[in-house]
Amino acid sequence: MTDEVAVLGAGMHPWGKWGRSFVEYGVVAARAALADAGLEWRAIGSVVGADTVRGGYPGYVAGATFAKALGWQGARVASVYAACASGAQAVNTARAQILAGLADVVLVVGADAAPKGFFRPAGGDRPDDPDWLRFRVLGATNPTYFGLYARRRMAVHGDTVEDFAQVKVKNAALGALNPNARYRKRVTAEEVAASAVVADPLRLLDICATSDGGAALVLSSMEFARRHGATRPVRIRAVSTVTPRYPNTVLDLPDIATDSAVAVEPAERTFRASIARAAYEEAGVGPEDLSLAEVYDLSTALELQWYEDLGLCGEGEAAKLLREGATGLGGRIPVNVSGGLASFGEAVPAQAIAQICELTWQLRHEAGDRQVPGARVGITANQGLFGHGSAVIAAR
Amino acid sequence: MSRTRTPVVDGWFTGDGEGFTLLGTRCAACASVFFPREDIHCRNPGCVGGRLEEVPLSRRGRVWSYTDSRYRPPSPYVSNPELPWEPYTLIAVELEPERLVVLGQAAPGVTVADLAVGMEVEVAPGVLHEDAETTWTTWQWRPTGVGA
Repeated sequence: MTDEVAVLGAGMHPWGKWGRSFVEYGVVAARAALADAGLEWRAIGSVVGADTVRGGYPGYVAGATFAKALGWQGARVASVYAACASGAQAVNTARAQILAGLADVVLVVGADAAPKGFFRPAGGDRPDDPDWLRFRVLGATNPTYFGLYARRRMAVHGDTVEDFAQVKVKNAALGALNPNARYRKRVTAEEVAASAVVADPLRLLDICATSDGGAALVLSSMEFARRHGATRPVRIRAVSTVTPRYPNTVLDLPDIATDSAVAVEPAERTFRASIARAAYEEAGVGPEDLSLAEVYDLSTALELQWYEDLGLCGEGEAAKLLREGATGLGGRIPVNVSGGLASFGEAVPAQAIAQICELTWQLRHEAGDRQVPGARVGITANQGLFGHGSAVIAAR
Repeated sequence: MSRTRTPVVDGWFTGDGEGFTLLGTRCAACASVFFPREDIHCRNPGCVGGRLEEVPLSRRGRVWSYTDSRYRPPSPYVSNPELPWEPYTLIAVELEPERLVVLGQAAPGVTVADLAVGMEVEVAPGVLHEDAETTWTTWQWRPTGVGA
């Protein structure tokens, strides 16, 4: 088990399509997190930014961009990029600095300003880039991969499009309770079924949008938290950032093919399941200890996949778990009580940080109408391009 | 003026008609197969690394999953913005001998309604798009008529 770090503050800029710079969203979130922590900016010893690839050079050096915008004060700085797991890797970098004694208190910030429509690869002719190739050769957008996974679940596990729609219904109802969510309207199964097919079998309301947003956390050593008067802070007990094991036999974004399993037997667990497993082992807890989970519902069907990959139920049993109401508010293991990506849309470098913000508020019992009663332990999970994924376990 | 036929990616497929195949590489030391091809180093972490030899992949496989693209993909996918978008189908195909899954577009006219997970498909030469001088060629999957 790894030593813990304290979450002193959490803050967000609401998700939306605001049409402004990612820097503004990040700074608003950072100031909110600092205020929540009761710390002034000059008390921060290190800033870690989660990069965006959509903001030009300032996006690639997000840590410094946020530090300058907040007012240079001499803090140590780092910027990390890990696709959808960027925010979690930023948290992990902050944690490593704290546990190594390099910094007592660290500000983690991620923010994005998303384009309209599909995410697309960086410009230029780059035939050695798998992300460029999948668009050039196949026109394979992110939703087409989500469609492949959804159809596979239908064939192998008997999930139905009605099950998928119920994930949206659940998450939209929860998002309606969250002031930081972009979509705050309840959605009916009929509305999902009436929305346009984007990538068969998935419809527009099965697939998460791309959004503007910002999220930030103030993390510290347990000793600093005590000195600061935070006697019972939310604690981060695990940050899993494992990579896949060869051969990776699930067709992951942005690949055109899987690895071949002809020479080496695949590992017992898929990559996604191994992400959660590593977090459980680090924290010394299991799925039965969880009060809630925030998972990366890039699509409704992917939320169901996460139930199984987190061990909330057995393989193929996710739709049953959903139908029983176990993953709704008031159920045995509520999932995405924030409203999830279904209600937020994805703001890539901010999203994994936002998941931890939600855990923080839930574990402090400050989540208002969407509070999970008695929440004590929570997990986040996500997966992104190029072998990135993360899971964070927090407790109080 | 006749157009030149050029593969959309060099070295990923070869041949015509019944002789058309995808091309991968195989490690001479551990027999791992790679598609898209690896030509420098074997990616099996337990392999000391052998010579990577070009190998044709199986022409037939079974549908692992499928979907379609109802909206126009962004660049660098090439399509004529002045023409209405025509959805096409994507099929992920499991090749049993190589134990890998390869994604590809379906042959024109094949829709999701024609497919089922487990159904047999075969690879065929196809055209991705044409411009003034070039017909850009690719691989496509089409059902063989053998069911799931």
